Amino acid sequence: MEHVVEMLNIRKEFPGIVANDRVSIDLRNGEILALLGENGAGKSTLMSILFGLYRPDEGIIKVRGKEVQITNPTQANALGIGMVHQHFKLVHNFTITENIVLGMEPKKGLRLDLTSAAARIRELSRHYGLNVDPDAIIEDVSVGMQQRVEILKMLYRNAEVLIFDEPTSVLTPQEIQDLMEIMRNLIREGKSIILITHKLKEIKAIADRCTVIRRGKVIGTVDVKSTSESEMARMMVGREVSFSVNKEKRDPGELILEIDNLSVRSGRNILGVRDFSLQVRAGEIVGIAGVDGNGQTELVEALTGLRSIESGRILLKGKDISSHGIHQRIRAGIAHIPEDRQKRGLVLDYSVEYNLVLETHSNEPFARHGFLQREPIRKHARKVMDDFDVRAGEGAATKARSLSGGNQQKAIVGREIDLDPELLIAVQPTRGLDVGSIEYIHRRLVEQRDRGKAVLLVSLELDEILDLSDKIAIISRGELVGIVRADETDENEVGLMMAGVRQGESA
Amino acid sequence: MKIRVSREIIVALIAVVLGLAAGALFMLITGHNPFEGYTYLFRGGLMNIERIGNSLATATPLIMTGLSVAFAFRTGLFNIGASGQMLIGGLCATAVGLTLVLPQPLLLALMLLAAFCGGALWGLVPGFLKARFNVHEVVATIMMNWIAYWTVYYTVPAYFKGPYLETESRKIPEYASLKVPWLTGIFEGSYVNLGLFVALAAILVIGVILNRTVLGYQLKAAGFNRYASEYAGMNVQRNIILSMTIAGALAGIGGATLYVGYASNMQIGVLPSHGFDGIAVALLGSNTPIGVLGSALFFGILHSGKGFMNAMTEIPPEIGDTIIATIIYFAATSVLIENGLNALQRRFGQRRAQEEN
Repeated sequence: MEHVVEMLNIRKEFPGIVANDRVSIDLRNGEILALLGENGAGKSTLMSILFGLYRPDEGIIKVRGKEVQITNPTQANALGIGMVHQHFKLVHNFTITENIVLGMEPKKGLRLDLTSAAARIRELSRHYGLNVDPDAIIEDVSVGMQQRVEILKMLYRNAEVLIFDEPTSVLTPQEIQDLMEIMRNLIREGKSIILITHKLKEIKAIADRCTVIRRGKVIGTVDVKSTSESEMARMMVGREVSFSVNKEKRDPGELILEIDNLSVRSGRNILGVRDFSLQVRAGEIVGIAGVDGNGQTELVEALTGLRSIESGRILLKGKDISSHGIHQRIRAGIAHIPEDRQKRGLVLDYSVEYNLVLETHSNEPFARHGFLQREPIRKHARKVMDDFDVRAGEGAATKARSLSGGNQQKAIVGREIDLDPELLIAVQPTRGLDVGSIEYIHRRLVEQRDRGKAVLLVSLELDEILDLSDKIAIISRGELVGIVRADETDENEVGLMMAGVRQGESA
Repeated sequence: MKIRVSREIIVALIAVVLGLAAGALFMLITGHNPFEGYTYLFRGGLMNIERIGNSLATATPLIMTGLSVAFAFRTGLFNIGASGQMLIGGLCATAVGLTLVLPQPLLLALMLLAAFCGGALWGLVPGFLKARFNVHEVVATIMMNWIAYWTVYYTVPAYFKGPYLETESRKIPEYASLKVPWLTGIFEGSYVNLGLFVALAAILVIGVILNRTVLGYQLKAAGFNRYASEYAGMNVQRNIILSMTIAGALAGIGGATLYVGYASNMQIGVLPSHGFDGIAVALLGSNTPIGVLGSALFFGILHSGKGFMNAMTEIPPEIGDTIIATIIYFAATSVLIENGLNALQRRFGQRRAQEEN
């Protein structure tokens, strides 16, 4: 079997870490090779090297058996290597055709010849079953469609090897199905694909072989058909992992949070959340499911007081807190694990112990007469770090910046749960974490519920929502599409609702 | 923590050495002997008790403005208005000193308080504008500089006119000056004054505020990451106003040490350069109170030594200014120095690793 791409003994070092340590992979003609690894394992670095964004310190790259030097993305394109980035690179007020030809515009004399380009795009779209309208404007089409535009961009440039970087993270389950069909079509037409992902289910569904990377080293390459998910997970993490969350049934108690016809403006002065109503009771986890950018951020910011509301009311234990400040809400019993841990959740240049009293530093015993009390602060830090398994090189005095992402997140989760809140708002609590940390954080969230506290979970990972929640509220374009019980629904139903199809309607 | 501090000191020292080297190069190019030049420069600043006193006196307002800039900077704000805050502080102190007749300790305390309040007001306004209307503090403080400039321009001739000149105020009486005979006596007639002790106390107080208090915790948090402070329920807007007010007050006291300590009257039409030098002092001192003290003293020596160098050699005093400017330049590009250090460390680290292999 012919090798399309071979990367041999690639080594890439960044100050302080070895991102790739003698990594070798090979992509065979007409296959889908999955690159599996936790965040920070070195997958993206490796692909950036293949795409010409980084130069390797050591090692060679061969394309169709010939050794090549790839120094920039244009060169990678010329070699037939294309990349579909996780975050699309599209001009929003351009048509699909204009976006695709950007950088290699076809000219007729001095004029732009978009007609022939559109014809070629239409032909490519038909050929691969992409169903793209070349004249549509990007901002009018769905995220799934935008991704197809990215794929077309590569095909238009005659790419033979397509790299997909976490392609499913922005898609609804139905869109994921469509994407997989497209990938199969691509293979049928003789393309080869490298799929970067940390989702085992997708690998199992579509990939032929899977190379597992852990801490910059290749652990092994396996045949997907004959390898189980848990085996691959073990290779990725380096130990046994449990997937299911143990959750006993519980009857929810008193009403904690009541959102009543809430409307919130988003940054662009349009309504980000519209007439949203929801109740969260003590002892239950309510999940908010939705595709990224459908009003989740605005909703959470309105609840925590970071954003002012347009109309409606927010009640905490029957008390209207709609006009309360952030500090007041924290005191009233709202804790918040923020979406972006580095932007909101931590002061990275502060030590861990200082970060662990971010909300409580002015309370006894951490402060007395306006002076910080070092001993109690340190003691508190040690306790939270022990309880939540936060590992830091220099203990409580370590700068938050030098913690790994997982430990940063565990510190935040620990800090917020330690506030003993009536309502815990957890937004993407496991984003970008390794399987071990995810398992741990999930357990703590369920524990919070079992202690009779209310938890509002906002996540883009549908599996997480389905596993943890008692009740699921689906949000689409800022509106509540419906509320379903987690034990009476499935991925399919929730997926349809995430796309905006209301309960009872058919797709 | 210890490693970080010593690293900052190393960077500052490298900036100083590079600046001095550049100055030596200038002297060479202009046909002077750099060794002679530096000998006289430092002798001018340190030769005897009187000159040491003068260096300290020159450093005093710089400590205050450096502290002002550094304090604001630690909370994420850029105070370019230290000059205006000094002017207003000096004006307030002068006004009190020329108007009231009180026992000396009480009068001096009142004068400092007035300077404190004047400077605080000049910091409060930009702070408020920033917090409430998101007006950039650089713009607002520069405008406040000119408001202070013209306020002095109007007030001094109108109310505190000197006996001979329209352009300067009456001399403050001896009992209303921070320059006290016993201190002048110890330093054999130099300009050193009580302001030095005020400045040292300010270093201490600001150090404690920044490192030990809830206020310092909040202000620094806002400087490091405004979003996280907001998230944690801190009142970011109040902290911006407070931070600028304190910064202004520090520079205001700096103004008192200059106009009713180092000097004994105010001239109109002059924006003191100390406010801008304060930026350099803060930069070289890596925005820590102790660093500010060190770099202000160093600048004090250079400033008071350059006259002596000029008198004893053919080297123009502008060379002294050039050296100071070059040091500022290197301090400002300390990131480059730090990158250089990192690269060196890596290279040595690698070589060592290879040798071990």
